[in-house]
Amino acid sequence: MIIPILKGLALTLNRFFSKPITVQYPEEKVPPAKRWRGVQYFERDDRGKIKCVACGLCMIVCPSQCISIETAEDEEGRRYPLTYELDASRCIFCGFCEEACPVKAIFMGKTYEWVESRRKPLLMDIEKLLEEKKVNP
Amino acid sequence: MQLVYLLIEIIIKCVVVFGGLMLVVAYMTLMERKVLGHIQVRYGPNRCGPYGLLQPFSDAVKAFFKEDLVPGRADKAVFVLAPTISMIAAISIFAVIPFGDQFTIPGTDWVVKLRIADIDVGLLYIFGIVSLGEFGIILGGWSSGNKYGLMGSLRAAAQMISYETALGIAIVGVLILSQSLSLTEIVKVQGGGFWNWNIWYQPVAFILYLICGLAEINRTPFDMPEAEAELACGFNIEYSSMKFALFFMAEYAHMVTLGAVAVTLFLGGWQPILPQLGFIPGFFWFCGKLFIILFFFIWERGTMPRLRYDQIMKFGWKVLIPLALINLVITALVVSLKG
Repeated sequence: MIIPILKGLALTLNRFFSKPITVQYPEEKVPPAKRWRGVQYFERDDRGKIKCVACGLCMIVCPSQCISIETAEDEEGRRYPLTYELDASRCIFCGFCEEACPVKAIFMGKTYEWVESRRKPLLMDIEKLLEEKKVNP
Repeated sequence: MQLVYLLIEIIIKCVVVFGGLMLVVAYMTLMERKVLGHIQVRYGPNRCGPYGLLQPFSDAVKAFFKEDLVPGRADKAVFVLAPTISMIAAISIFAVIPFGDQFTIPGTDWVVKLRIADIDVGLLYIFGIVSLGEFGIILGGWSSGNKYGLMGSLRAAAQMISYETALGIAIVGVLILSQSLSLTEIVKVQGGGFWNWNIWYQPVAFILYLICGLAEINRTPFDMPEAEAELACGFNIEYSSMKFALFFMAEYAHMVTLGAVAVTLFLGGWQPILPQLGFIPGFFWFCGKLFIILFFFIWERGTMPRLRYDQIMKFGWKVLIPLALINLVITALVVSLKG
């Protein structure tokens, strides 16, 4: 009975002097996993325009129906989204939009911290989605 | 005039000891959480002030602002009285603990002894008061009118009866060696280097004292009265706000006094480890030894799980009391044979 107690005491003392494995969250962060699905971002093409052709596949495939698109055509007859709205407050980050996209325009990013006290800022438009590209190199 | 000076001295000593004890109790809670945290390979509280040093105060403020509930079916007078009894018992033990030798106030011939009351029956007084502390727990659980509280109280009572016997018998060995009940005398006998400490002459008694003491203050391997898993906090289930905080503080104050008594009886009190190190004031030696004992109390809490109720009873009656008796008989025999 005594030897197991001493063994236990030695173990806990050993643990006491080892470095804690806690990550001090707001100061230190764990990098997200390689295939982490965070907030979406838009990719630009070689000419610096958005790649999206407003086909509406992401809108159809989205399970929580958080994407809405208004389509338009430019002078070359190329379709582009006049408005593209992604309601991040409803998004479930399933990644279907990224999978469905035929032109590789929308991607799931790495951002996992996004807190707002109102709903309005959570509505992502084209600028916001392009902006999000900067934090996802 | 002498009497007035004496009164002033006693009042100052009381205030200083009370304040110091409360501070130690407050930081004991922090130390416990920090040490337990590090034992479990995490940090423990470190957000409130640097290294979490302001945590006890934030806890106190929180406790003050909680709602103070008294259950409708509680025996209100006893319910309010119980935490007070616990707290008073825990604090009043410190009155006889000698936490240092004496010093003369510079410029006068006034000698200040570093203890509040230097009474001849110090040890007897301690054991009288220690059992009083348990009454707070028993009354608290019983008066709250809750079945879990009552179960906790019953366990506390049974545990007290089982372990106080062994605790008392274990201490008698020290009494035989020092031939005095006065704590000052007991410390003075142990003077002159660590090889004179009672722990070397009474190792079994020391271990028995620690085990029974832990049972007496209901600390982790023996925390039956407040077993979270079965009794949902046991005796303090209905307590909230400052009343709960009083119980909580009393628990830690008990731990500190238990450690202080252990230091006094077995580890030479304020005496330095080596006689050559006597230039360091005795108070610091006392605090250092107390710190080691308190660290041990937390350390063992991080190590051992709670015993089962029948195991505790069996261990108390079948192992500790016989061991304490054998230790007593052998000590008495050796001392009487030596003449």
